Amino acid sequence: MKKRRERIDRGIKARSEDVYALCSWREMLYLAGPRLLPAAAFLLLPLFLGVYWQKVMISVAVFALLAISWDMLAQTGMISLGQALFFGMGAYVSGILNFYFGMPPWLTIPAATVLGGTLCTLILMPVLRLRGIYFSMVTLIIPLMLVRIIEATKIFGGTEGLSGMTPLPSTLTEIYLVTGVLLGVLFGLRRLMETDYGLVLKGIRDNDRSVTNAGINIYWFKTQALFISSTIGAFAGAFMTHVYMFVGMPVFALDYSILPIAAAVVGGSGTLAGAALGAVILVPLSEALRGIGGLRIVMYGLFLVVFIVAIPEGLFDYIQRKYHQKERWVEIDK
Amino acid sequence: MSLPTALRVEDICKIFGRAVAVDHLSCEVRRGELLGIIGPNGSGKTTLVNLISGFLKPTSGRILYNGQDITRTAPHKIVGMGISRTFQMVRPFYRLPAYKNMIIPLYSPRVRQLAGGRYGDRNAVALDLLEEVGFERDANVAYKPAGTLPQGYLKRLELAKAIALSPDLLILDELFSGMSLAEVASIVPVIEKLRLAGKTIIMIEHRLKELFRIADRIMVLNYGQKIAEGTAAEVMESEAVKNAYLGSEE
Repeated sequence: MKKRRERIDRGIKARSEDVYALCSWREMLYLAGPRLLPAAAFLLLPLFLGVYWQKVMISVAVFALLAISWDMLAQTGMISLGQALFFGMGAYVSGILNFYFGMPPWLTIPAATVLGGTLCTLILMPVLRLRGIYFSMVTLIIPLMLVRIIEATKIFGGTEGLSGMTPLPSTLTEIYLVTGVLLGVLFGLRRLMETDYGLVLKGIRDNDRSVTNAGINIYWFKTQALFISSTIGAFAGAFMTHVYMFVGMPVFALDYSILPIAAAVVGGSGTLAGAALGAVILVPLSEALRGIGGLRIVMYGLFLVVFIVAIPEGLFDYIQRKYHQKERWVEIDK
Repeated sequence: MSLPTALRVEDICKIFGRAVAVDHLSCEVRRGELLGIIGPNGSGKTTLVNLISGFLKPTSGRILYNGQDITRTAPHKIVGMGISRTFQMVRPFYRLPAYKNMIIPLYSPRVRQLAGGRYGDRNAVALDLLEEVGFERDANVAYKPAGTLPQGYLKRLELAKAIALSPDLLILDELFSGMSLAEVASIVPVIEKLRLAGKTIIMIEHRLKELFRIADRIMVLNYGQKIAEGTAAEVMESEAVKNAYLGSEE
C-alpha cells in the first residue's frame, strides 16, 4: 500500500491586496498571532532576563538587523559578503562624532546611521554595475582594506581604537532602542517589498535586463536599495559603539559579514523575517556553545550544514507552510 | 512616401572580437510604417535590435531617432523616448504571477509621466493589457507564475510588457517563433491594431508568410549586410536573396 502526503490549505487565507472580511476572533488571531508573537517576545522578554542574556539579546537584535540588511540587498540581486562595511562605517562615524566632537548618543546614532549609510552607498556605487560574484568579491575586500588603512595610517586611534564613548543610560534602554528599531525595520521593509516599488527591486534580481527594458534605471534603484540596506547596517554599528563604549578595528571583522549571511540562510532568505529568525537561533546557539571551547566552530559549522541540507528553503518558509497547511497521509490504491 | 523618418541607422558597424555582426548597415524607418527584417541565422538581426535599443554600443556609425542621436544613450532612456522592444529569448520574471510582471513596465517613469502622475490601479491596467494580447480573463492564466506558462503565453506576455510602455516605435524580435499557428493568427490583429494607432513597428521574423502579409517593406540581411530591400514581392524576386537566404534554407 503506497501512501502520499496530502496538503490542504487551512480555512482562511489573508490577501493583503484585497479587502478581506474577518468574521471571528479566531481568524483575527490566526492572522495576527505570528506577527504579534515575536513582537511581544522582544518587548516582554528583556524584563525577565538576567544581565548576561540581556546582552545576548542585544547581540541577537544587532545580527538580526545585519541579516535583514543582507537579505534586502540579496532580494535586489546583490549578494554582499561585506556587511561588516556597513556595520563598521556606522560604528566609526558615531565613534568619531562622540569622541572628537562630544556629541551625545541621541545625536550620534541617527547622524551615523544616515552618514554611514551614505558613505557606504558612495563607496559601493562604482561597483553596482558588477553582477554576481564580482560584486560579492568587492564587498568582501573593502572592509578588510579599511582595517589595513586604519592600521597603517594610525588614523582614529589606529590599532588601539577609540574608547570612553558615552554609554546609553541603561541596559533596558539599549534593548528597547535596538528591538524597537528591529521590529520597525522588519515590518516596514516586509511591507515595502510587497509594494510595486519592492516588485521592481525583486525584478532586478530576477532579470535586470528586463527591468532596464521596461525603461527603469536599474542603477538608480540598486543605489536606493543599497542605501536602505547600508543605513540599517550603519545603525547597528552606531548603536554598538555606544554599547561597547569603544570603537576599533574589530568592527570591520569578518564575523559581521558571515554571521548575518548564515542567519539569513538558516532562516530562509527572501522573506526578511527568516533572516531575523535565523539570528534568533544562531546567536544564542553560538553563546551556548562557548562552553565547549575550540570545538565550537566545528559544532556551529555542522549545525549550519545540517540545516542547509535538511531545509534548503529556510526555516521561515517551512514554518509558514506548516502554519497555513494541514498535512495528512492518504493511501493511494494501486 | 512622404512620411517623416522615425528611425535612421547610418553606416553602423558592430564587431565582436574578429566577427563582424553588423557591417556598414544603413536603413530608415518611416513613421507609422511596418518594416520586416529577415535573414538567415547569424545574419545580425538581433544585434541590430540590440544596437537600436541601446543594449549594445556600435563600433562605428550613428543611430538617429526623430532626428536625435541615440547611439550612446542608455537603454532605459531610449525606452523613455518611446522605443520599446521584445526579446527573442523571453525574459519574464519567473517567480512572479504573469500580471505582476506587467507592474514593472507600468512603474516606469515614462508610463507614470504619460499618466500625468495620477496612475490608477496598476493591477487592473495589467490585467486589461494582458487580455488585449490574448490572456483569457476567465481562465486564471494571468495569475499563474510566469515560470509555469507555456511558450506562447510567455511571448504574448513579452509583447504586453512592451505595449505597456506605450511606445511610438515597437521592435518585435521574433515574436512569432515558438507560437502555434492559431496563436500567431490571434496576435496578428493585435499588431494591426497597433498600426492603426499610428505606431511604427519593426518586426524580425522567420515566419515569412505571416510577416509578408502585414509588412509594408522588407529588409534582408546576410552576414551583417543589407542585401535587399523593398516590398515582399520585390525582395522575393531578388537573386541575392534567393542565393543567400532561401537557398540556404532549402
